[in-house]
Amino acid sequence: MRVFRIIGRSITSSFKSIFRNFSLSMASITCTVITLLLVSIGILLSYNINNITKDIENELTIVILMDKEVTEEEIKETEDIIKNIDNIDTVVFNSKDEIKDHLASQSDTYLKIVESWGEDENPLQDSFVVTVENIKDINETATTLRNLDYVDVVRYGETMVNKLINTFDGIKNGTIVLVVALILVTTFLIGNTIKITIHARKNEIDIMRLVGTSNTVVKMPFIIEGFLLGAIGSILPILITILGYSYLYDHMDSVGMSNILNVIRLAPPNTIVYHTSLILFVSGSVIGMFGSVRAVRRYLTI
Amino acid sequence: MEFIEIQDCTKVYKNGVTALSDVNLSIKKGDFVFVIGHTASGKSTLIKLLYREEKPTKGKVFVGGVDVAKLRNSKVYKLRRKVGIVFQDFKLLPKLTVYENVAYPLASYGMKTSEIRPLVLAALEQVGLKDKTRSFPDQLSGGEQQRVCIARAIVNKPRLLICDEPTGNLDPETSKEIMDLINRINKELGTTVVMATHAKDIVNRMKKRVIVMKEGLIEGDHLKGGYKVNESV
Repeated sequence: MRVFRIIGRSITSSFKSIFRNFSLSMASITCTVITLLLVSIGILLSYNINNITKDIENELTIVILMDKEVTEEEIKETEDIIKNIDNIDTVVFNSKDEIKDHLASQSDTYLKIVESWGEDENPLQDSFVVTVENIKDINETATTLRNLDYVDVVRYGETMVNKLINTFDGIKNGTIVLVVALILVTTFLIGNTIKITIHARKNEIDIMRLVGTSNTVVKMPFIIEGFLLGAIGSILPILITILGYSYLYDHMDSVGMSNILNVIRLAPPNTIVYHTSLILFVSGSVIGMFGSVRAVRRYLTI
Repeated sequence: MEFIEIQDCTKVYKNGVTALSDVNLSIKKGDFVFVIGHTASGKSTLIKLLYREEKPTKGKVFVGGVDVAKLRNSKVYKLRRKVGIVFQDFKLLPKLTVYENVAYPLASYGMKTSEIRPLVLAALEQVGLKDKTRSFPDQLSGGEQQRVCIARAIVNKPRLLICDEPTGNLDPETSKEIMDLINRINKELGTTVVMATHAKDIVNRMKKRVIVMKEGLIEGDHLKGGYKVNESV
């Protein structure tokens, strides 16, 4: 019972103290809001960049052109072999007749060319279009494919792909560094602001100690206060994240941006927005709590 | 062993100043003792040893049979709950009312609100501030603030009341009232009182035990003393 009374009183006193030290509380909250907003932007940015790179990666395909005199059995055999190669994700076969029909339906010019061929004449080649699971190993996969029997040519835009892989890696690492740096900055800023607010109350802590308050009880209201300041400070960034991101997502769609730049499209807001909010809330309140404890501990000396 | 025993205590501060050298002192339960001396005579340090604001560099400090010098920082509160402290600068929490200030220690021990109330009102009655419970410290005079501080010090019915220059910031008339109050607490509640002070006339008038400190040593210990001419403090 005693413990509950002490906790209850700590909660009351932390609420009182937030209002009684209003300007300092506002300073802490403002600082939390700004830094958490940066963290939110960092997280969303890195998530989207990852998403876009993943999209681009998924659209990368390897085209395998088969030898001209390949038989249907040989094609079947090759398809089975390809499907069993590690790192192959999907395999789609296009026969040369299908390609011919497809070509003919594309435009009049193509149609004329196709009609100029004889009835059984088809200079095109049977082909497979495959996608890979891990784009980093695309070179090895292409080499494996190239060494298969009945395979004539393997194409996947090597130089472009290699450049893309390097760029994506760079961007991914960059965004991770950005988010980590932002979280560190947040910790530092929030911790420091709370330190200042607590320093202003060193006297209070001394008096508590002098009248026989145990260290735990001295610390408790400050811990709760730190938690509250961090939690309150995370509300606005969370709202901005949820509403702002959804707005941006809808807006970009309606303007037709996503049609023009098909690749650069925002990830749908449903899950990511809530995950980000959770991260913001947890980091705000936890950093607030620990910042508080660290700052108070320093003054538990008299 | 007496209620307070200070044995061979030496205190050297980090900056090399020796505040106490080999001090021995014992104080009986229920006594009223003045500690007087010049500034930097060591009287303040002596007082601070009793509630463990300072630890002796060497020696033992027993309060109620417990060696206070050995108390860990996190256990000091156990001592402070048995000791009431009255400060020169009152040390009231500025954002709490008179009632809340006096109730604060009890509330922080986790006592029930229904138990706290009569104790606080009794303490405020004792110091004559029962009608000021809702005031904030900055709405009170110096004398009244010191009364609040005393009420807070005695609210837990401590066995020892330590006063560090309680009248240092007060005018003579108010000082006299405060001294009468502390004297009454000593007599009526049997609380042991140890008081560091500069106030010559008070010490001379009250005829209590007087310990004279000089340069970190006990220079005189008079049972019904006062300031002597040769101790021009």
